[in-house]
Amino acid sequence: MNKLEFSSLYQLTMARFRLLFREPEALFWIFIFPILLAAGLGIAFRNRPADVLPVAATTPQLTQALAADKGLNAATMDAPTGTHSLATGSILLLAIQQPGGVAYQYDDTNPDARTARLIADRAVQAAGGQREAVHAQNQLIHETGSRYIDFVIPGLLGMNLMGSAIWGLGFAIVEARQKKLLKRLVASPMPRWQYLASFLLSRLLMLVIEVVAFLGFAGLVFGVPFRGSLWQLAFLCVLTSMAFSALGLLISSRAKTMEAASGLMNLVMLPMWILSGVFFSASRFPAVLQPFVRALPLTAANEAFRANMLQGTSLSHLAAPVAILLAWLIVPFALALRIFRWR
Amino acid sequence: MKDGLRTPVAGSAASPPLLLRGLRKAFADVQAVDGLDLEVAPGECFGLLGPNGAGKTTTIEICEGLTDPDHGTVELLGLNWTTGANQLRQRIGIQLQETQFPEKLTVEETLRLFRSFFRHGVSVDESIRTAQLEEKRGSRVGGLSGGQKQRLAMACALVGDPELLFLDEPTTGLDPQARRHLWDLVDQLKLAGRTIILTTHYMEEAERLCDRVAIMDHGRVIALGTPKQLIATVGGEDIVEFAVTHSEPGAQHSVRGVVNPAQLMAIPGVQSHRVDAALHQLSVSELHTTVPRIFAALAAEGLHLSEFRTHSATLEDVFVRLTGRNLRDE
Repeated sequence: MNKLEFSSLYQLTMARFRLLFREPEALFWIFIFPILLAAGLGIAFRNRPADVLPVAATTPQLTQALAADKGLNAATMDAPTGTHSLATGSILLLAIQQPGGVAYQYDDTNPDARTARLIADRAVQAAGGQREAVHAQNQLIHETGSRYIDFVIPGLLGMNLMGSAIWGLGFAIVEARQKKLLKRLVASPMPRWQYLASFLLSRLLMLVIEVVAFLGFAGLVFGVPFRGSLWQLAFLCVLTSMAFSALGLLISSRAKTMEAASGLMNLVMLPMWILSGVFFSASRFPAVLQPFVRALPLTAANEAFRANMLQGTSLSHLAAPVAILLAWLIVPFALALRIFRWR
Repeated sequence: MKDGLRTPVAGSAASPPLLLRGLRKAFADVQAVDGLDLEVAPGECFGLLGPNGAGKTTTIEICEGLTDPDHGTVELLGLNWTTGANQLRQRIGIQLQETQFPEKLTVEETLRLFRSFFRHGVSVDESIRTAQLEEKRGSRVGGLSGGQKQRLAMACALVGDPELLFLDEPTTGLDPQARRHLWDLVDQLKLAGRTIILTTHYMEEAERLCDRVAIMDHGRVIALGTPKQLIATVGGEDIVEFAVTHSEPGAQHSVRGVVNPAQLMAIPGVQSHRVDAALHQLSVSELHTTVPRIFAALAAEGLHLSEFRTHSATLEDVFVRLTGRNLRDE
């Protein structure tokens, strides 16, 4: 029997741990699910070699001219067949030989078709004897850090930290309230702050496992870059997790049933899943919405994670997102302590 | 079982473990507690008995510092909840109605957790032994029976070696065997000299366990005393219940008979009489001589007994006499 044995903060934190590790579903959502999601997205959005665009021409000579460019796959077909193929999407462009020139049929709202138009015209002009006015040379770069998986991993990290903090705290607290355990605990000499602190402590320890497993997977399997300081990244993870824990505490500070709590959690998290730039950049939303989108904790977290990991930005240049996260840590926590219902 | 109380802390030696004066508490439009005065002596097992909704739980939760009274004073061990809350929490043990401990912690882990809240107390092993949960110490709470869960709740109330123990409906929902098991446990605690305050709506529980009982109804104490004293107020040691039919010669069917109460009261040994739905209730002393006289009196009137039973007077009869209702009618 050592001293820890008699420390209520230690016992409360250990109880949190035991309860979490004895809940297989919780472990799945916290550890396995994010990795599965990252793996799925990584496979779906892997970088493929540049596509060869299917096109057609009405005369063999024209087809030959088009086929000279490696970026095009050209076939010969008459005008009605070609129009039909265009309509069904099996070709992107039809080049029609006309007296005195060539006409291109394509859909200018389709980016691939516009590309096909540029390449086809270049091939036709070259076949017609046009020479380059300026000599140009291609240098191809496939850089890590600019792929979709590089973009989405920091976003998933933020989303994962949000989910585990809000769900982890929210459900446990509301369940304890519903089962009158909270009431029993405050009837004992337990210092109340220690109960809440035990959640934050266990969250911090879980965070280490959670983040290392997820980012380790992303780094090893997808080669996602870590260009910033790892210590600063760790700090950002802790700050993010604490801010969302405070939010989780606020959500669960009065709810009496699990149904009420899970409704509130979805209400809080759903806008952030959509608006905060997890799967696509938050800058896609209209300018009117931007101040609101920027003020969300998940937007700030994702922005900071991306800046650290992808651009190697140091904390001193991340004052804005850090300040937003700090505000989301302090205000909900203070509010939650004020209105928390123990019974 | 640890013997005796801790040395009383200075200042509380002369104070009663519990002192309530003019307690009132209303919820919305219900007056849950309506002017309550109580004093509990050291080493006493004190029972609050009453039907559901009588205000027992509100009263005990006010004592436990979980609910603030609207009016009145609460003093425990010479301390009050405004200035001595931290000290009080260390010195009292509490078992609440319907607490569900985390199902995935074991008995031992739960007790270690609760033990860590108290500066002084008994060891976890000792509390497990007291609650007779040795075989279950490594089992998860979710796998315990109702009686075992209740004994765990009791053990959690005892880990701080409390001077004053509150038990709120400790046996509600338990089967008879688990209930007797828990009573034995309370007996042990009484032997060890602890002051216990318990609520119950089972009269036999109050009779069996409590040194003194306060019968509550509508937020008030309507009777207070030892179970013996209270039962004595019924007026006799035994209760006779009967119904009669009047059979007239030539009648098609028997009809409910009519008994003259004055005639019954005139029988030596009959202390009181009341009628409830054609069932006559007499409280009597000296059952063995009184019952033959009742038979004789009824026969002389040409009345036939359709029902007849006797039982020893209980706290239930006290409650019925005071309120005209049964304890469990609510």
